[in-house]
Amino acid sequence: MYSEKVMEHFKNPHNLGEIKDADGIGKIGNPTCGDIMWCYIKVRKNEKGKEILKDIKVKTFGCVAAIATSSMITDLAMGRTLEEAKKLTKDNVKDALQGLPKIKVHCSNLAADALHKAIEDYENKKKKDNQKN
Amino acid sequence: MYEEIEKMKVYMDNAATTRVDDEVFEEMKPYFTEKYGNASSLHSFGQEAHEIMEISREKIAKLINAEPKEIIFTSGGSESDNMAIKGIMWKNKDKRDHIITSKIEHPAVLRTCEFLEKHGFDITYVGVDKNGLVNPKEIEDAITDKTNLVSIMHANNEIGTIQPIEEIGKICKEKKVIFHTDAVQTVGKVPIDVKRLDVDLLSASSHKLHGPKGVGFLYVRKGLQIDALIHGGGHESGKRSGTENIPGIVGFGKACEMAMDEMEKRNKKLIMLREKLINCVLEKIPKSYLNGDKEKRLLNNAHFRFDYIEGEALLLRLDMEGIAGSTGSACSTKSLKPSHVLMALGLSPVQSHGSLRLTLSKYNTEAEVDYVLEKLPKVIMDLRSISPLNDTNIDDFPDEDINHGAGEYE
Repeated sequence: MYSEKVMEHFKNPHNLGEIKDADGIGKIGNPTCGDIMWCYIKVRKNEKGKEILKDIKVKTFGCVAAIATSSMITDLAMGRTLEEAKKLTKDNVKDALQGLPKIKVHCSNLAADALHKAIEDYENKKKKDNQKN
Repeated sequence: MYEEIEKMKVYMDNAATTRVDDEVFEEMKPYFTEKYGNASSLHSFGQEAHEIMEISREKIAKLINAEPKEIIFTSGGSESDNMAIKGIMWKNKDKRDHIITSKIEHPAVLRTCEFLEKHGFDITYVGVDKNGLVNPKEIEDAITDKTNLVSIMHANNEIGTIQPIEEIGKICKEKKVIFHTDAVQTVGKVPIDVKRLDVDLLSASSHKLHGPKGVGFLYVRKGLQIDALIHGGGHESGKRSGTENIPGIVGFGKACEMAMDEMEKRNKKLIMLREKLINCVLEKIPKSYLNGDKEKRLLNNAHFRFDYIEGEALLLRLDMEGIAGSTGSACSTKSLKPSHVLMALGLSPVQSHGSLRLTLSKYNTEAEVDYVLEKLPKVIMDLRSISPLNDTNIDDFPDEDINHGAGEYE
């Protein structure tokens, strides 16, 4: 049912867990349908002065596909600039995993959304801090 | 550091299917390549097949204290359920068009009832209490002068609860309503006496008791008129056409005979293993629960649920450790719907996600139970460590309200 790539990430997921002092947190999901993802990010500037994702971690409640997509999004986004990361789509995650079972495409492929929400959270916080200063 | 125990292959999904007993397989073998006659043929090949079929029928009838003529061979449990319900409702459709069944029946019963509902029949679905038990009083109250059939399973295939079918049988007899029970999970495990149980129709399947797949039977009480589901050459007293599956029937007969001979010995071991499994899992793993009644439960069934994790992931992590089980989690099904049985217990979808069914057979050993008790807590701890849900925030997740960001799901 699942591709080899999905099983590889499910068996040894990358970057699953929590960042205690995260710069942004994105929460998504619904326990009724069974998938909840919380994405934590750390943001740094690179040598060109652009903001990049220095670290990403995801906490996931859900099925095999949910765990594999969580793991894959961290691989795809790690070290990327925020602008690049925002452009990552669910399809990118799905394709990188060599596809997902049809019924799982909608309900378990939430990792890109969780990441986008985490970036949004970071940017909102930054905006507020800037306003304060 | 603890010592890593050697990896084992542990099959604990015996409610799904069982290993064919070696003796059963040996007994079947000649009927593929040597004694391959059609039981309807008049020549010696045919008569040989017919003879062994009748010997097998006797063995099978004996297991449930039925007459051999009351055993109609089918392709398995689903066909037997279909035949019982459709056959009996069709027969009496002009007089009585009402069926009473429960919300936790096997899909072979539920989908059949839904089909009949579409064709104008009237169905009442009684619920169960939080332990998964049907209340016979509720069935009695639901019976009207239009009720033709009550269909209540003997033991539930998911949570293993054993229903009070003796009481239900009495009620049906008194009210002159036909009583069908799906005994797929109990035949060969629990002593069954159809005469004492007041059962009119009973479904069973061979592959749940170490027999081959593709064969089952429907017990039809002597004198009860039932329409055929499959028409053709008039096999099985005209009740079920189609050339009989002789190797399958021979295997089924042997499996029933062995079940009868070994029942006491098997059951003693199964109860010991199941009790150890249930008690130790509940003790070792925090936030773990047993689904279904603790006492009125099938002797080989342990059905748990664990907070904060999802069943499909649990199942495949266990598979990585060599352990085969089953789950009622929505995420593991094609429809993405949580198990109707767990819903009928009153569990929320969140609670039903982390369910795990482990079902034993005579082949399981105490060493295997110990292995599961070693691996399962670790797998659950590992999945909980990556889950955002925990004691402090679980109440923040009411079932329906979070924008889910996903598309349509059934």
